[in-house]
Amino acid sequence: MTRVVGLTGVTKEYAGGVMALREVDLSIEEGELVGIVGPSGSGKSTLLHIVGTLDRPTSGSVEIAGFDVAALSDRALSAVRARHVGFVFQAFHLVPGVSAQDNVAEGLLYSGLPRAVRRRRAAEALERVGLADRARHRPHELSGGQKQRVAIARAVVGDPGLLLADEPTGALDSASGESVMALLHELSAAGATIAVITHDTEVADQLPRRVRLRDGAVVDDTRGGPRTDTRTGIRTGIWTGA
Amino acid sequence: MPRRTREHRRDSARSDPARSDSARRDPVRRDLRPARLSPRDVLHVGSGGLRSRPLRVVLSALGIAIGIATMVSVVGVSASSQEKLLRQLDRLGTNMLVASPGESMFAGEDVKLPKSAVGMVSRIEGVEEAGATGTVEATVRRNEKLPEEDSGGIAVQAASLELLRTVRGTIASGSWLNGANGRYPSVVLGHVAAQRLGVGKAGQQVWLGDRYFTVVGVLDPLPLAPELERSALVGWDAAERLLGFDGHPTSVYERSQDSSVSAVRSLLAPTIDPENPQDIKVTDPSAKLQARAATEGAFSSLLLGLGGIALLVGGVGVANTMIISVLERRYEIGLRRSLGAARGQIRIQFVTESLLLSGLGGAVGVALGAAATAVFAQVEGVPWVIPLWSVAGGFGATLVIGTLAGLYPAIRAARLSPTLALHAA
Ligand SMILES: Nc1ncnc2c1ncn2[C@@H]1O[C@H](COP(=O)(O)OP(=O)(O)OP(=O)(O)O)[C@@H](O)[C@H]1O
Ligand SMILES: [Mg+2]
Repeated sequence: MTRVVGLTGVTKEYAGGVMALREVDLSIEEGELVGIVGPSGSGKSTLLHIVGTLDRPTSGSVEIAGFDVAALSDRALSAVRARHVGFVFQAFHLVPGVSAQDNVAEGLLYSGLPRAVRRRRAAEALERVGLADRARHRPHELSGGQKQRVAIARAVVGDPGLLLADEPTGALDSASGESVMALLHELSAAGATIAVITHDTEVADQLPRRVRLRDGAVVDDTRGGPRTDTRTGIRTGIWTGA
Repeated sequence: MPRRTREHRRDSARSDPARSDSARRDPVRRDLRPARLSPRDVLHVGSGGLRSRPLRVVLSALGIAIGIATMVSVVGVSASSQEKLLRQLDRLGTNMLVASPGESMFAGEDVKLPKSAVGMVSRIEGVEEAGATGTVEATVRRNEKLPEEDSGGIAVQAASLELLRTVRGTIASGSWLNGANGRYPSVVLGHVAAQRLGVGKAGQQVWLGDRYFTVVGVLDPLPLAPELERSALVGWDAAERLLGFDGHPTSVYERSQDSSVSAVRSLLAPTIDPENPQDIKVTDPSAKLQARAATEGAFSSLLLGLGGIALLVGGVGVANTMIISVLERRYEIGLRRSLGAARGQIRIQFVTESLLLSGLGGAVGVALGAAATAVFAQVEGVPWVIPLWSVAGGFGATLVIGTLAGLYPAIRAARLSPTLALHAA
């Protein structure tokens, strides 16, 4: 299997002496769906930012999609993000007043593809997240769950090797949250590599792998859930729940 | 749906072992350069912030618009006034010279031109027309009851018949002196003289010397010979017969071919007075008009400075708007960075926004300035002229201002940490 993420001895110290991450080792293989869990302030977002090359560690090495992050300039890291990483945020961060399709197309703006191709791929991505009929709607005309699905479409429109989601269900009611998680499971089943931060233990329990952080250190890394047949179990569970 | 993604993965770089191996061996791969944004995309991201806040755009572009409008109209107004004079000059020609007695070396001695002066001048090679005036010791009044001092500064002059054509004069009312009416007491008034004497049109009478003269004509303004505008012109013979004129001209006007103006200029004095050519003064009335055109063209630097200050204030307004725009859009900046925007692309976005903002102000300013000049031209009856350089200069200034005002906020935006920008919403 190909390793998509490789963190070795990663430490992040913020100005003021806060140790957000201590000696974290983490490896994510292609096609994995990983939950990152832990109490508030345990360093989950910090970890995700470092994995997504939005930030650099104080020490330790980070390898993303085969690139050694420490050896790359800020410009090169931007290119890595443009091609290999997709982000989903708790607050969606959609551009107001712009149609869902154009919001999704924005995900390809820095890829160098021509505009017409970007718009066509955006339409396809919206179809993938089940929102083909909402392409012309603007964010304020969409529900929270739909907004997050648009944001996910934007993150995956460039077919990144790695999809990172920071509490994608945090701002959603449970039904919308479940539909968003179902979408992530679907993308995972289709082969995407995904890391998702969640507070929700129920959501976390349905993920095939869970990395638990406490005070910036990895305290637990479990594969397989409480159910034996994790994948089918999850999918049935979600489909019945949704 | 799943099939599509799998297919993609199969031909993507990551699932190709050879390529990911080479990536590991050589991490700083050549292709890790951010893709270029097309000009259209730059315009698109640069105008996004403006589209969502139209009122703010209008208000912050206003300062620039006022500054540019002031500058364009100041330049336009002076150029329009100048254009009027230049067109006049074009029509009147620059090939007329006037010879008259200079200051005599002996104070009080009256230098006169010889009676034959006009004839001699018209024989100079290149001279096409020549006419003369001679000062007459007489006064002109509206009627005999008015006191003699009340002549309103109007000079009475004898005029040769060729004079009108030589100075390119035109008649407002009535006709010019001619051989027939020249022998009878008739007079032609310059337009200022006519005003002062209260003569509206030909046919009225004025008291000139010791009798009534009939006004047979009133002239249009004569920009090349303002001294004639303030004169009452009588025929040469009539002046000699009725007013005691000695027949000596005091000014000889001549027109030559354009190419021989300078040759004629040097021949005029020696031709008129071969013995004392230094006593003859030769002037070029079009030079005065040209000088006036030049001063009209020199716009008020005070007003221009005022426009500059408005422009500066407008620039500060744009910079302020840009700083606020960057603060408000920290999340958008963070999002764009997470989507793969390099710092330079964030900078370009905000510099473009600033350029669009000030460019809009500049365009509106040019339009306003041109409109203000058009109103001025309409009211003053001068041609409407907007020098291209003032428009280009106005746009150039907004370009510089837009870049300067946008650069600092843009650099700040690009320096924002992408994670900070996305923290907490
Ligand atoms: N930019 C920063 N500067 C200083 N300290 C920071 C910064 N960002 C995070 N921290 C600190 O680092 C620690 C880890 O923060 P992080 O945001 O990673 O936690 P988290 O696990 O995502 O928490 P939550 O579940 O509440 O989102 C916290 O103590 C936080 O206060
Ligand atoms: Mg967090």
